[in-house]
Amino acid sequence: MSLPASAEGALEGGLPFVTETSHLRHPSDTPRWSSDAVSSSDGSIPMTVGGVDPGARVSVGAQRARLVLSSPPRWHRIAEIMIRVLALSAIAAVVLIFAFVAREALPLFTSHEVHKEVTLRQMWTAQQWPGYDAPDHIWQPVSEIPKYGVWPLLVGTIKVTLVAMLFGVPLGVGSALYVSQYARPRAREIIKPVVELLAGIPSVVLGFFALMVMASWIQDAFGLESRLNAIVAGLALSFAIIPVIFTISEEAFGAVPRSYVEASIALGAARWQTILRVVLPAASPGIAAGVALGLGRAVGETMIVLMASGNAAILSGVFSESVRTLSATIAAELAEVVFGGAHYTVLFYLGTLLFLVTFVVNSAGDWIINRMKRRLGVAS
Amino acid sequence: MSDLAAPAANLRATPFVRALRNRMGDIALAVSSGAAILIVLVILAVILGDVVIHGASRLSPRFFFTAPEQGMTEGGIFPALFGTVAMVLLMTLAVVPVGVATAVYLHEYASPRSWLTRTVRIAVSNLAGVPSIVFGLFGLGFFVQFVGAGMDRVFHGGQRVWGQPALLWAALTMAVLTLPVVIVATEEALRAVPRDLREASLALGATQFQTVYRVVLPQAVPGILTGTILAISRGAGEVAPILFTGVAYFLPTLPRSLHDQFMHLGNHIYVLSTQSPDVDATKPLLYGTVLVLLILTFVLNLAAVVVRSRMRRRLMGVA
Repeated sequence: MSLPASAEGALEGGLPFVTETSHLRHPSDTPRWSSDAVSSSDGSIPMTVGGVDPGARVSVGAQRARLVLSSPPRWHRIAEIMIRVLALSAIAAVVLIFAFVAREALPLFTSHEVHKEVTLRQMWTAQQWPGYDAPDHIWQPVSEIPKYGVWPLLVGTIKVTLVAMLFGVPLGVGSALYVSQYARPRAREIIKPVVELLAGIPSVVLGFFALMVMASWIQDAFGLESRLNAIVAGLALSFAIIPVIFTISEEAFGAVPRSYVEASIALGAARWQTILRVVLPAASPGIAAGVALGLGRAVGETMIVLMASGNAAILSGVFSESVRTLSATIAAELAEVVFGGAHYTVLFYLGTLLFLVTFVVNSAGDWIINRMKRRLGVAS
Repeated sequence: MSDLAAPAANLRATPFVRALRNRMGDIALAVSSGAAILIVLVILAVILGDVVIHGASRLSPRFFFTAPEQGMTEGGIFPALFGTVAMVLLMTLAVVPVGVATAVYLHEYASPRSWLTRTVRIAVSNLAGVPSIVFGLFGLGFFVQFVGAGMDRVFHGGQRVWGQPALLWAALTMAVLTLPVVIVATEEALRAVPRDLREASLALGATQFQTVYRVVLPQAVPGILTGTILAISRGAGEVAPILFTGVAYFLPTLPRSLHDQFMHLGNHIYVLSTQSPDVDATKPLLYGTVLVLLILTFVLNLAAVVVRSRMRRRLMGVA
C-alpha cells in the first residue's frame, strides 16, 4: 500500500516514522484495531499531527510499520498464559468434584472406625435388626442402632423420577412437536420464550408451590392418605424437566431436513403421516438426548423433592406414600452430622453415587447430541 | 421412509375415505400436541398467578428494607436480599473471568480437533449436569474442609476462621456451578463474530492477543453479558449448593466479612415453608419472598433474552 501524498508530506515534514500514540484519533490507546477504524472509507486512519497539518492522513502501512518496530506489552504474554491455564478450570472442576466428594466417602471402604457402625454390605443387603421379625432394608441413621439401608432411598428416587418422566416426556415432546410443526412463526416466537420462562423458575419455588398448593389439591382430588408423596414430588419435578426436554426436542424437530418432509408429501402421505413416520423418527435421536438430560436433571434435583416428597424412607412400590430420595437425604441430613463420622461418610458415598449416575446419563445424552450434529453436518 | 405401506394404502382407498382419514389424523395429532403445550402454559400461568395474587399485597418499601421480626412472621427480607446480592456479586467476580478465558481459549486459541479441546468440552457439558446437591458436597469437602481449614492452619495457627461455612465459599461453589453457563454463552458470542474482522486485524499486523482483546472481545460483550445475567439468575435461585457452604437461616446482623455466614432469598423460602412453627402466620411473608425471587429471576432472564436477540439481529445485519 503506497502512502497517500499528504501522508508523505507529513513524513517529510519531520514526523518521526514511529509516531507517538497521542497523535492518533484515539489518544488513550494504541492503534484501535476495531471495525470502525479499519473500515474507514479509504482504508486509511485519520490522524491529527499536532501543529504540522491537522488534516494529514497516514495510511495503514505506516501504522503497521510502527507495530513492527515496537513489540506488544509484556502483559499480553502473561494474559495469554493465564487464558491457557484458566481454560483448564472446567476439567479441574469436574476432577476436583469427583475427587473431593469421593475422598470424604473413602473411609467407608477403609476405616475400621466407620466399619464398627456400618459396612457396604450392610447398606446393600437386608439386615436382621433387633426388634424386627425379618431381615429388612431400613434407612434410619439417627437412632440407637443406626441403620443405613440404601434401598428405600434408591426406590424412592426411582419412583419420583418415574412419575416426573411419565408426565414430563409426553408434555415436553408433545409441546415441541406442536411448536415446531403446527404453530405459526409468530406464535412460535412467543411460546418458546414463555416455556424458557418455566425453566427460569428456581427449583425452590417449584418445591414451595408443590408443598403449599399442589399437595392439598392432589390430596383432595384423589383422597390420598399422605399429603406429600411420590406423585406430588414427581409432578413438581416434571415442571422442572419439561423445559429441558422441550428445548432439545424442538431443536431436533427443527433440524430434520425439509427434503425428507417434501419427499413424504410428494409420495402422497398426509401431514400427520409425515410427522409421525418421517419427522418423528428422524428427530428421535435428539428427542432421546433431551429425555436423557431431563432424566439426569430429575435424578439429581434436590429442593423440589426435599420439600414435596414427605421424606419418609419407606421401601414400597406404592406411589401415594411418602418417599425419601438420595438427593433429599443428603440435603436434609448433612447439616446435622458429625464431620468425618460414619453418617457423614455414608452421605458422601450417596453423593458419589449420584454424581456417577448423572455423569453416565448426561454423557449418554451428550454423545447422542454430538453424533446427531455430526450426521446432520455431513448430510447437509 | 420408515413405512412405505402407508402412502400405498392411501392410494388404494377411495378419495373420499382418504381425505376424511387424513383430515381426522391431522386434527387428532394437532389437538393432542396442542393439548400438551396448553397444559404446560396453564401450569406456568397457575404458578405465576397463585404467587402474584397472594404475594403482591406484601410488597412495600418496608418489606424490602427491614429484617424479619417476631419469629419470621412479620417484617421484611432485607438481610436475605443483601446476602443474595453479596453472594451473587462475589460469584460473578469469580466466574466471569474464568468462563470468558475458557471460551476464548476454546474458540480463539485451541485447534478444534485437539484432545484437550474435546476434553474441555466434555468437562463443560458434564459440569452442567452435575446435581446441585453434589456441588454442595464438593463445596463443603473442598472449599470449607480443604482450602479453608488449610488457610487456618497456615495463617491463623489452627484457629477456626476460614474453615467453616462462609459467604466466600458459598460464592465460589456457586461460581463452579454457573461456570458452564458463562462458557457456553461466551462461546456462542465468539462464534458469531465474523471471521473477516479477525483476518483484517491479523493482516494489519496485530498479534493474536491484540486481535482477541481489541477486536473479538468487544464484539462479544453482549454474549458475555447474557451469560453473566443467566449465571446471576441461577445463583439467586439455587439453594442446594449453599446449604452447607455458608447460608444461615436467620442472622441478627448482616455479613461483614467474607468469612461470615449470610442469608439468601432461596434458602429463606425453603426455611419459611418447611421449618416454620406456625405455617399460617408465615404464609404472607413467604408468598412475598417467593414473588420477589420470581420477579428477580424473570427480570434477569428477560434481560438475557433481550440482549441475546439484539446481538443476533445485529450480527445478521453484518453478515
